[in-house]
Amino acid sequence: MSDIVEKTLTALPGLFLQNQPGGGPAAAKASFSSRLGSLVRGITALTSKHEEEKLIQQELSSLKATVSAPTTTLKMMKECMVRLIYCEMLGYDASFGYIHAIKLAQQGNLLEKRVGYLAVSLFLHESHELLLLLVNTVVKDLQSTNLVEVCMALTVVSQIFPREMIPAVLPLIEDKLQHSKEIIRRKAVLALYKFHLIAPNQVQHIHIKFRKALCDRDVGVMAASLHIYLRMIKENSSGYKDLTGSFVTILKQVVGGKLPVDFNYHILLQVLQKYILLLYLTMILTISAIFIFLSLAILFECVHTVYSIYPKSELLEKAAKCIGKFVLSPKINLKYLGLKALTYVIQQDPTLALQHQMTIIECLDHPDPIIKRETLELLYRITNAQNVTVIVQKMLEYLHQSKEEYVIVNLVGKIADVLVLNTVDTYAPDNAWFIQTMNAVFSVGGDVMHPDIPNNFLRLLAEGFDDETEDQQLRLYAVQSYLTLLDMENVFYPQRFLQVMSWVLGEYSYLLDKETPAEVIAKLYKLLMNDSVSSETKTWLIAAVTKLTPQAHSSDTVERLIHEFTISLDTCMRQHAFELKHLHENVELMKSLLPVDRSCEDLAVDASLSFLDGFVAEGLSQGAAPYKPHHQRQEEKLSQEKVLNFEPYGLSFSSSGFTGRQSPAGISLGSDISGNSAETGLKETNSLKLEGIKKLWGKEGYLPKKESKTGDESGALPIPQESIMENVDQAITKKDQSQVLTQSKEEKEKQLLASSLFVGLGSESTVNLLGKADTVSHKFRRKSKIKEAKSGETSSTHNMTCSSFSSLSNVAYEDDYYLNTLHDRGDKELKTFSLNSELLDSESLTELPLVEKFSNCSLSTPSLFADNSMEIFHPPQSIAASVAKESSLASSFLEETTEYIHSNAMEVCNNETISVSSYKIWKDDCLLMVWSVTNKSGLELKSANLEIFPAENFKVTEQPGCCLPIMEAESTKSFQYSVQIEKPFTEGILSGFISYHMMDTHSAQLEFSVNLSLLDFIRPLKISSEDFGKLWLSFANDVKQNVKMSESQAALSSALKTLQQKLRLHIIEIIGNEGLLACQLLPSIPCLLHCRVYADVLALWFRSSCSTLPDYLLYQCQKVMEGS
Amino acid sequence: MQFMLLFSRQGKLRLQKWYVPLSDKEKKKITRELVQTVLARKPKMCSFLEWRDLKIVYKRYASLYFCCAIEDQDNELITLEIIHRYVELLDKYFGSVCELDIIFNFEKAYFILDEFLLGGEVQETSKKNVLKAIEQADLLQEKTETMYHSKIFIGFKKAY
Repeated sequence: MSDIVEKTLTALPGLFLQNQPGGGPAAAKASFSSRLGSLVRGITALTSKHEEEKLIQQELSSLKATVSAPTTTLKMMKECMVRLIYCEMLGYDASFGYIHAIKLAQQGNLLEKRVGYLAVSLFLHESHELLLLLVNTVVKDLQSTNLVEVCMALTVVSQIFPREMIPAVLPLIEDKLQHSKEIIRRKAVLALYKFHLIAPNQVQHIHIKFRKALCDRDVGVMAASLHIYLRMIKENSSGYKDLTGSFVTILKQVVGGKLPVDFNYHILLQVLQKYILLLYLTMILTISAIFIFLSLAILFECVHTVYSIYPKSELLEKAAKCIGKFVLSPKINLKYLGLKALTYVIQQDPTLALQHQMTIIECLDHPDPIIKRETLELLYRITNAQNVTVIVQKMLEYLHQSKEEYVIVNLVGKIADVLVLNTVDTYAPDNAWFIQTMNAVFSVGGDVMHPDIPNNFLRLLAEGFDDETEDQQLRLYAVQSYLTLLDMENVFYPQRFLQVMSWVLGEYSYLLDKETPAEVIAKLYKLLMNDSVSSETKTWLIAAVTKLTPQAHSSDTVERLIHEFTISLDTCMRQHAFELKHLHENVELMKSLLPVDRSCEDLAVDASLSFLDGFVAEGLSQGAAPYKPHHQRQEEKLSQEKVLNFEPYGLSFSSSGFTGRQSPAGISLGSDISGNSAETGLKETNSLKLEGIKKLWGKEGYLPKKESKTGDESGALPIPQESIMENVDQAITKKDQSQVLTQSKEEKEKQLLASSLFVGLGSESTVNLLGKADTVSHKFRRKSKIKEAKSGETSSTHNMTCSSFSSLSNVAYEDDYYLNTLHDRGDKELKTFSLNSELLDSESLTELPLVEKFSNCSLSTPSLFADNSMEIFHPPQSIAASVAKESSLASSFLEETTEYIHSNAMEVCNNETISVSSYKIWKDDCLLMVWSVTNKSGLELKSANLEIFPAENFKVTEQPGCCLPIMEAESTKSFQYSVQIEKPFTEGILSGFISYHMMDTHSAQLEFSVNLSLLDFIRPLKISSEDFGKLWLSFANDVKQNVKMSESQAALSSALKTLQQKLRLHIIEIIGNEGLLACQLLPSIPCLLHCRVYADVLALWFRSSCSTLPDYLLYQCQKVMEGS
Repeated sequence: MQFMLLFSRQGKLRLQKWYVPLSDKEKKKITRELVQTVLARKPKMCSFLEWRDLKIVYKRYASLYFCCAIEDQDNELITLEIIHRYVELLDKYFGSVCELDIIFNFEKAYFILDEFLLGGEVQETSKKNVLKAIEQADLLQEKTETMYHSKIFIGFKKAY
């Protein structure tokens, strides 16, 4: 420490002495701080932390004595306060002085008050209880005639003020807005800004006064009011549109030099961001070269703005230039911001990254980790299937170097995001690489990473991609790599990683041929005995062992394990061990319980536990109390308390007490009785209490959210087009080899890196297209990709001077865009129609011209690509044509069955002669499936016959008049089947085939299948509220669940409307925040739903006579509520 | 702005101003971590840091580090400019300011900061106005001080 003092002394010669009274400018103010001075000097002179602590404690105790002594004058107190602040800053507790600080602010004269206020604002925080004592002082000072006192009061108010006391000072501060001194006005505005932050609704009524402040003649006041407006406009941008004029005027004045150049104008710009003012932005972008540093900040904001508003080409051009200025700047701060801006815009304009790729490569090896990190962030945004290996490798390198936990979590999340999280298009090129990278990620970030990552990874493994053999290989590789990892001695893996390993080994070890499950069990056992493994991981391990046990032949290890862990102190482990033990005794049962490779299949669970009915009945007959769910018990408890308060004898058996009474007692008692899941013996009481039904639902207990499995996980993963990539790679390497001969080796490496990083960039849309698994535009894709690669190549070698090329790639990009949208359209048409019943034909008809329009505009793209466009636009046209055909079909059908809602036509199968489409018609009493068969050939078809296979859950009956002996050429015939449901389910498949004879007597057969959903069989049930009440009590199967609502449906009515539309529920009545709905499952299983809204949670309560229906309906409801 | 810290090259805290309510423990932890991180950085590195979910802007003036934490949507360059302007204000007020001025007159530094930034936002951008406000307050202070002295003096005389 002493050498530090010396350094300070040498650096600032003489200053130390100047602090003696009488010397230098600093000393003029040091007269009163002599004791502080000695304290500071004392501390600086000390050599150890320990000594410092001793000195400060000494000082604090003497201060404590002084401040609490009655003889201490205010002047001394002020001096003590300063020393207290100093001690607190050094990290020592000086809380005994807080109250004295408030006192000083209250009693002292001006200068003591000033220190008092300062101490208060430094010591206390907004919610500190002592702050209430300050309110009175503040009010007094606000009313003072002394300018300085008012200023001090306002200053302290805008720093810390208790929220609940705002009304006390608000009128005073409002008055200050009209004060003659601008400094007071300014501070008042800022104080109100502070109020707006902590309690927005309290200052709502004075918004009009802010407008005055905005037009204030003083610049400072105007600038201060901008803070408020920025905040308010962020919250509600449409409400202040009328102020745009004022903002523009201010901006004009700044630009015109009439107002001093100040950096508050970035705020103004942010404000203007909300209102698109292209003109002024252009102006600023051009003039901003004038003021150097500030203008750069403003420029940065402008670039942000340009990219966040509706794109306009000339602005984008200018913004791109600005970004260039930033990125190429030798100043590191500007470079950092340039990278940030690039990151921001890269998704919209990937060509910019191509321009700056060499800079990016340089930054990637920058000594400053912050720059490096930002570069990685940038690369993360441009990751695609081609460059993923290089980018992930760079990220991993950085990951290994960094130690800060926050960074690791962030980076691990990003890598995992690239690899796992977006399961729809993982960029991983091959299995081995994928598993190894994930291994690296897990072993570095294992314990800090987000728990979603291992879960998603496992799901990806389990659900697999489209290709089954590929999946098996992936799993096999995973198993093998984990086994090798486990073989290594003395290596410690994070717990999460071990958990992942144990799950994979348990699930997929059967894929191994040579290594028997017994060996795997032995390895897991070794891990289990390891002390460094946490108990959570141990349960994972035991679960894995349990899964493997039925596959193993000899089971010494298992027995040993059972032996060890049945006496474990950890109850959870013991439980698992016992389970294993009992299952182990019955191997057959174990095999059926733990089948191989079934992790993805849903288990059919009898949620109502109906198999226990006998057991329950027996118990009840022996006099056991009926089971009450948790929420009922809670309600009962609550109601008992409340009833005692209101009406001591009300709870007793007088039924009159229930009728129409609002007290929770009646409500919950009624629901207690009706809510019993074991419905025995209580029915007679039910009938007595029917009058009270409307108020049957009391406060709901907390129910843990069920895992809602979303079945719509689309496992469609793009299969990387290896051959294409190879082509590109070869092209690159060849070109590189020929060009780099003259370049230095380092340059060459960088170029290589660049080309590998930026390959495929700018053709992001083509990457997306890959995922769609259609063969239509492969040719074009290949071309464009090579083109992109080339453009990347050339611009890298020519150092981004090649502007013509960039425009070329721009065009290509545009082309892609059109193609993409076209495909989206086409896909949409061809895709299986949604369950949504509201999808009427008119929609599909309106979409048709749109498709044509698209093909029109894409045909008019520059003639440069004339040859390409020939190739590209054929397929979409054919799609359009087929769509046209289909929708005309649908419309023809519409005439027949206009009274019922029906779905869109969906092509289920076709070949060169016929095509079969299906429709669903939701009739009141059944689901009518219609298959319309179109004969596309010019020949007559004989004995066309359509048959439906019998399905498990359905009863299918053929409608009369559907037998078609002969189908004429190019005609359409339809077959109708009515479908009834036999058992509730979520999703079912109806399949069948069509057979026909051609003229030349050879017969053909085509199979098809259609998905049916439970919703196809749900119809509204129109009953009255009274009936609802009666039915409600008679149903025993109930399911409750809370569903979070999205903002768009926050109100009950809109939520119910969604349910009505999507699920075809009938809304019976809406009472306050509760709603009654009913529906029936065909043919006639009713289901009732009671909804209640509080905050943004929708509490759903289903009841039905069918035990499983409520569960299925709840699932659908959740899907609808989450989906919308 | 979330908070502003001034600390020396040795890691000693010289000034702290928090614009968000935090517990003392939290404050100490943040201070310790930030001081360590910033001091570990080399002089040629850039002035911005991403730390937790905040952006840190720091700048070194002689032996003193000025360090501000801002939110995600705030502009780094502006913050750098704010720091610079605060240093200019200190410089004008103390007359070529040095670390010792701030150590011994830290309450003055706080007063200036309060005139310049209020509740985490820039209050007054004009240097002249800030200094004027400070001088006004100082003037009043001196007046009362002299009055106080003269009163004592009078009282003293009367006693005789």
